[in-house]
Amino acid sequence: MNEQRQIRFWVIVFVLCGSSITVLLAVFAIQDYIDHFYLPDEVVQGLAPYDRTIRAGGFVVLNSIKHSEDELSVEFQLTDMKDSTFLVRYTGLLPSLFREGQGTTVKGKLGVDGVFRAREVNAKHDENYVPPELKTLTE
Amino acid sequence: MRFVPTFLRRLSTPQHFFHDTQFWAVVLCALGLLGLCVGSVWGLCFVPPERYQGDSFRILFVHAPSAHIAQMIYLAIAVAGFVQLVWKLKLADTFIRAAAPIGCTLTLFALISGMLWGMPTWGTAWVWDARTTSMLVLFFLYFGLIVIRQVFTNPERAAKAISVIAIVGAINIPIIKFSVEWFKTLHQPASLAIGKPSAIATVFLIPLLINFVAISVFSAGVILASMRSYVLIDAVRTTWVREQLNKNKRR
Repeated sequence: MNEQRQIRFWVIVFVLCGSSITVLLAVFAIQDYIDHFYLPDEVVQGLAPYDRTIRAGGFVVLNSIKHSEDELSVEFQLTDMKDSTFLVRYTGLLPSLFREGQGTTVKGKLGVDGVFRAREVNAKHDENYVPPELKTLTE
Repeated sequence: MRFVPTFLRRLSTPQHFFHDTQFWAVVLCALGLLGLCVGSVWGLCFVPPERYQGDSFRILFVHAPSAHIAQMIYLAIAVAGFVQLVWKLKLADTFIRAAAPIGCTLTLFALISGMLWGMPTWGTAWVWDARTTSMLVLFFLYFGLIVIRQVFTNPERAAKAISVIAIVGAINIPIIKFSVEWFKTLHQPASLAIGKPSAIATVFLIPLLINFVAISVFSAGVILASMRSYVLIDAVRTTWVREQLNKNKRR
């Protein structure tokens, strides 16, 4: 490489390293703010704001899903698998992955009565892909 | 430049590039299309449904490969941008010109198929989580690479600006890759990684890997074909192109 090329080479390497570090630091700094959701213990202890649109998440408690008989309303409880549990009311279509024990996030407003009125229910799916006949082998 | 092999040095001249790549452009496109048909039909018709997601998981067979290969193409574009800035290799710029629309299409494809998949399984088509947002940024980067060329009247300055954007934008690739590990995302973490047993059952893995290879090969074929036409357009006033045209006429 001649001298001019060598200078150009190192200038680019330097600029690339500098800008990568800048962007990575910025990304890590905003990490806690993007798409933050409240955990069940924060909801129960009153750390989550009332009557404002927030997101909360947890696992669906076993046998807690109660469908209403005449409309699309559903009631279920979310837990952190420890001692905090809160009630969610929702009207609308549930994602097909929604089931007991499933990690779920809800978006909506927390009432002063401690009931979370959800506008949106999202179910997270994991990285495992298993055909039905293998169900018993993996669980 | 003593470390560059002879066949690569030969390929860096437009005339030789045009003559030597004709065979490969056709073969890669054909093999890629064939593989894509095999993998997709296999994934859609001959594989059992997933235990929780049912049939909607079949989007995986096109979603994951197109998202992954869109990122690989961006990395290749960044390397080409580096080569173009340091060594002023014209062919590197031609590669960026040919590859950017392909990568852009694959990114769009991954975003749309992801939305279609998200609707039934997550309960929403779009969330602003780290994975989906960084993938959207990749789409805008690709869009920028395509559009900026039209803004400059001087093609050499355009090539320079595009190379800089390509290189700086490459920071986004590790962010996309590790977003699912660094952040709380609705998107699930990677199912396949080096040094980790596969989280995908083998029945599903075979058509998925076929599609991975097929989309890579097909993209390579289309990029090569597109590069050949750009090489021809750029060299339209040279004698070898005129000779080539005369030869075609006589046939």
